[in-house]
Amino acid sequence: MTAPLHEPTAEAAPSAAEEAAVNAGVKAVQGRSLGRIAWERLKRDKLALAGGIVVLFLIAVALLAPVITSLYGQDPNAYNDKDLIDPLFGTPKGSFGGISGDHWLGVEPVNGRDIFARIVYGARISLLVGFLSAIVAVIIGTVLGVLAGFFGGWVDSAISRVMDGLLAFPQLLFIIALVSVMPNNMLGLSGTGVRLFVMILVIGFFGWPYIGRVVRGQTLSLREREYVEAARSLGAGRLYILFKELLPNLVAPIIVYTTMMIPTNILTEAALSFLGVGVKPPTASWGQMLSNAIDYYKSDPTYMVVPGVAIFITVLAFNLFGDGVRDALDPKGSR
Amino acid sequence: MTTQRTSGRRKQAFAAVAAVAALLTTAACGGGGDDGGDKGSATGAAGFNAANNKVAQASLAKKGGELKFAGAQDADSWDTTRGYYGFMWNFARYYSRQLVTSATEPGAKGAALTPDLATGLAKVTDDGKTYTYTLRDGITWEDGKPITSKDVKYGIERVWAQDVLSGGPVYLKDVLDPKGEYKGPYKDSSADKLGLKAIDTPDDKTIVFHLPEANADFEEILALVSASPVRQDKDTKSKYGLKPFSSGPYKFQSYSPGKDLVLVRNDKWSQASDPIRKAYPDKISVKFFSNANDLDARLLAGDYDLDINQTGLSPQGRTTALQEHKANLDNPVSGYIRYATFPQSVKPFDNEHCRKAVIYGADHVSLQTARGGPVAGGDIGTNMLPPTVPGSEGQSYDPYELNGANKNGNVAKAKEELKACGKPNGFKTTIAVRNNKPVEVATAESLQASLKKVGIDVNIDQFDGSQTSGIIGSPSNVKKKGYGIIIMGWGADFGSVQGFGLPLWDGKYILESGNNNFALIDDKKINGLFDTYVKTQDDAGKLAIAKDINHAVMEGGYYLPFVFEKFVNWRGDRLANVYTSDAFSGMYDFVNLGLKSAK
Repeated sequence: MTAPLHEPTAEAAPSAAEEAAVNAGVKAVQGRSLGRIAWERLKRDKLALAGGIVVLFLIAVALLAPVITSLYGQDPNAYNDKDLIDPLFGTPKGSFGGISGDHWLGVEPVNGRDIFARIVYGARISLLVGFLSAIVAVIIGTVLGVLAGFFGGWVDSAISRVMDGLLAFPQLLFIIALVSVMPNNMLGLSGTGVRLFVMILVIGFFGWPYIGRVVRGQTLSLREREYVEAARSLGAGRLYILFKELLPNLVAPIIVYTTMMIPTNILTEAALSFLGVGVKPPTASWGQMLSNAIDYYKSDPTYMVVPGVAIFITVLAFNLFGDGVRDALDPKGSR
Repeated sequence: MTTQRTSGRRKQAFAAVAAVAALLTTAACGGGGDDGGDKGSATGAAGFNAANNKVAQASLAKKGGELKFAGAQDADSWDTTRGYYGFMWNFARYYSRQLVTSATEPGAKGAALTPDLATGLAKVTDDGKTYTYTLRDGITWEDGKPITSKDVKYGIERVWAQDVLSGGPVYLKDVLDPKGEYKGPYKDSSADKLGLKAIDTPDDKTIVFHLPEANADFEEILALVSASPVRQDKDTKSKYGLKPFSSGPYKFQSYSPGKDLVLVRNDKWSQASDPIRKAYPDKISVKFFSNANDLDARLLAGDYDLDINQTGLSPQGRTTALQEHKANLDNPVSGYIRYATFPQSVKPFDNEHCRKAVIYGADHVSLQTARGGPVAGGDIGTNMLPPTVPGSEGQSYDPYELNGANKNGNVAKAKEELKACGKPNGFKTTIAVRNNKPVEVATAESLQASLKKVGIDVNIDQFDGSQTSGIIGSPSNVKKKGYGIIIMGWGADFGSVQGFGLPLWDGKYILESGNNNFALIDDKKINGLFDTYVKTQDDAGKLAIAKDINHAVMEGGYYLPFVFEKFVNWRGDRLANVYTSDAFSGMYDFVNLGLKSAK
């Protein structure tokens, strides 16, 4: 018995309409870029989406801080100690740290400054330091990571040893020491400006090896891929390979690491402000509020809860969003 | 003298005693809300302010038991020559005796001097230049050997060895050897190491001091623990602070720095030889904590009897204590003034009108709240002589009406002064403040907020409190950093205008490092008044000069006083015979504390 060469089935003889539909489907698949696939995946990740929305909200709050506080009617640095503070204990009058229609989250002990207004302004400092220091780290880390991975040899050894060294460095101690010896005026900045500048630069500087290592590793593996070999054998120059073949494939890990780095930086800023080497008074900062609140944790717990929750929500939102982005960009991801 | 470094001693200046007593009474009346607490509590505590300038539960003291101190900070050194913390001077009376010491009496009476090793107060001759003492019989070291006048001289000589034994007060050296001719006992070429010419020891029972210049406060200086005897064969030099050789009723049993200290009875000490010390407990222990909140919680729980540092409860413990254990608290005046001062080397503070603009512009009630409010912070400071120093007029001398019309800051007046200073639109400056205590920074922030309304833009620079002498104590650094306003506190080393104000206001005391005359005051009138003061022997004259000095300092606008400091101090239930003493700036007098039960 021989097998029939042509079996007359429906599949074997597709109708014109079906053919068109299949072609359309193929086209749709071809039209989905990597970014689009990632976005589709991200959209399905409810937690990540929620995180992203909170992040956007926080950015809006930080940008609009002056507008929000003027609508709300309280200045973040205005003292209300005479009317709102019990002079015997230094704690706010009224329950829950002086929460009222005028002061939604209560007022600070001793000086009676409005906590809501200070939280809103504090978001500016947290996000500013978080984002800018992440950008500094990404720029240095990507450039040096790619160089190390791409060129290999002594360049790689040198850069890798520097990264090892920096990773072993007691970062926090160094920043504390550095910030306390900084002059008050520098590069046309003064006071809080100097502190912010130094914090951003130093947190970024100590953050780059983390991203640098990942980028170097990726570059090392990508360098040996067939498509790179192919481009090289076709006579593509180094720059072409770097920018056209390697960098586009590094974008995904860089984005992932950036979103994960921002919350860490926010925490570092909070820690520095907590230790008294962050921004200068009267500038509001969450870490500083938390540090002040320690002396009142029993008599005025609200004061400690509010900045604590602000830091918690911010870091959680960034982390959820970052996780989502990583899952979405991971080609091996199941979703 | 800086933060913890305080102690005050005073002669029997009855006028001042009366004035201070009157002040304290008014303060107590003004305090309010004390009713009910005074009757004592179910736990046996004596009541709110029951030991403040009076003796609480003296009759309940029993012999025996372990008195338990706790503290957040160890002494700078337990070596009598090297200690400078006020609580160390207080505690040192357990294991050291001096020729004369403060009376073991409450309040202002405690600041009077009384003979200790000596049989009586000094016999002063030669226009106040010679002081003679005779030693008591039966005074012994912890090994039973008698304490001789040579031991006293050797102990005093150790002050000269600043290269080995730094840290303590050097008044003895400044007064007895102003030219610095003696090099100290460790570099002494004479066989007995007693080469200091200013002190004679004709026999073992007699000691004679020859002063090159008379000094009205010399006996106060001799009452400091730095004048304690030290026996030459027991002098372990820089290690002496680890185990001082005892001349008092207790001796060191064990000590690990920063952890704990245990004193036990010195059985060679005889009650008959010591009219001052009662020596109630059998054992005295000190436990050091690293966290003040932890310490306060343990005190409130009754695990320890009192805080050795005697700087008052921290905000957390204070709030709980005031609400729940008011009968265990005392609220004494500490003898400290908290203030801001304006270095004249930093523009525009060379102009007195700019200084006065800050004084008028500051919100004094806000500053008081920042310091802790009327109870834990103190009364609004109106001048620069604390209520515990003779010659003080308290709040009744208020040249800038800081506790009156300008209480909440007077913007109009401040702007007038700014105009007179040639800065009608205000100016920019920097506040230097220590970062180790939240209240310090809180006062700086309060000042910043109120000065903003006047047009003075202030940047706050926090510095490491342990680096004080090199940062704000260096006039060249202050100028370089542009510290126009320095926030500090000061208490008297001994209770006189000299003991409080000389390092702050006399032009001779402007130092290259470790400076305390931050405002760089070099005023002929003030310098002259100090020169007259040390030569004045009568008490009324001394009081008048103290007053004049205070007025001259205030009129120059060099200082913005914040508060005449008070603190809230914990007194455990087990304690008996408790009282605060002006000699130790409102601290409890440690040496005669007793327990209600020997268990």
